[in-house]
Amino acid sequence: MENNKKNWPLWEIFVRSKNGLEHRHFGSLHAADAEMAMENARDVYTRRNEGVSIWVVESKNITASNPKDNGEMFEPAQDKIYRHPTFYDLPDDVKHM
Amino acid sequence: MKSQEKDSRFHGNLYNYILGIADNSLILAQRLGELCGHGPSLETDIAITNISLDLLGQTRSYYQYAAKLAGEDKTEDDIAFLRIEREYKNVLLVEQPNTHFGHVMARQFLFDVYHLMLMERLQNSQDETLVAIAKKGIKEVSYHKRFSSDWVKRLGDGTDESNQKMQEAINDLWRYTDELFDETEADKAMIDEGIGIAVSEMKETYYEKVSEILEEATLEIPERKYFTRGGKKGVHTEHMGYILADLQYMQRTYPNMTW
Repeated sequence: MENNKKNWPLWEIFVRSKNGLEHRHFGSLHAADAEMAMENARDVYTRRNEGVSIWVVESKNITASNPKDNGEMFEPAQDKIYRHPTFYDLPDDVKHM
Repeated sequence: MKSQEKDSRFHGNLYNYILGIADNSLILAQRLGELCGHGPSLETDIAITNISLDLLGQTRSYYQYAAKLAGEDKTEDDIAFLRIEREYKNVLLVEQPNTHFGHVMARQFLFDVYHLMLMERLQNSQDETLVAIAKKGIKEVSYHKRFSSDWVKRLGDGTDESNQKMQEAINDLWRYTDELFDETEADKAMIDEGIGIAVSEMKETYYEKVSEILEEATLEIPERKYFTRGGKKGVHTEHMGYILADLQYMQRTYPNMTW
């Protein structure tokens, strides 16, 4: 982003909405540094009582899979139904599986 | 003195004391509200509006309480919208106009440090309602102070230009800070009752706290020499009339209108 120096870098925001739940990706925003990203995340994403914890990470630090590689990345898993644990007879006493 | 007379004097002083605190929040909320949709970035725009709404929420709690004391079917809206300029007791600092973002943050910072100190002390008031409002408000105000202090440091210790602009903003607004620590008649009466806060005793700590942040921001601490005051007595700067024109327009034009 050399040609875009005037903009603050982009940050990805993860919010945990309740204790016991995991952090989930809520969106992104611009900020000059982590401290500002945290404050902005608080104001932009938790002003309606959405969260109890926030993680911020600069977007450039996230390595994303390339949609171009979707074929080799994901398609081989489509026909491997035996990888799902659905071929077992569960005893009646076991619940919530 | 007859006890009835004493009662009504007490109520009058308490009423004025509450307004003395609440009017600061109302006028600053109005000033920040003017910036809605005009922030320098989407994120700061939302932050400024959040702060405005926090202050407005606090104002409502105070005014509701004051309206109850006033009786005669008075409502919070009457207090907010139907007073004349002289009857507003906010300090001059909060009515100063919005110019650039750094200036807005400097104004906020100089007020927030004071506001947080006041809320901390108000939690020990003898008045239950004020204690409840302070306990709720203190978390909001702590965040306001964190946000504005951060920006003062960021811009003060930023580029040459941002440093210069922040320094000018602090220099410009400095003259309004001493008034924060004036005690009105209502203040004194309520201090005697154990309800009010002796703001004059907060002064030295305030300037220490402010100076600490300014030093961190590599800004010069202005001399404590020339100060302007008057808001607490209802004598405002030329900006106040315009704020009230905006604020009161609907109620003045369509009396008793509701949403």
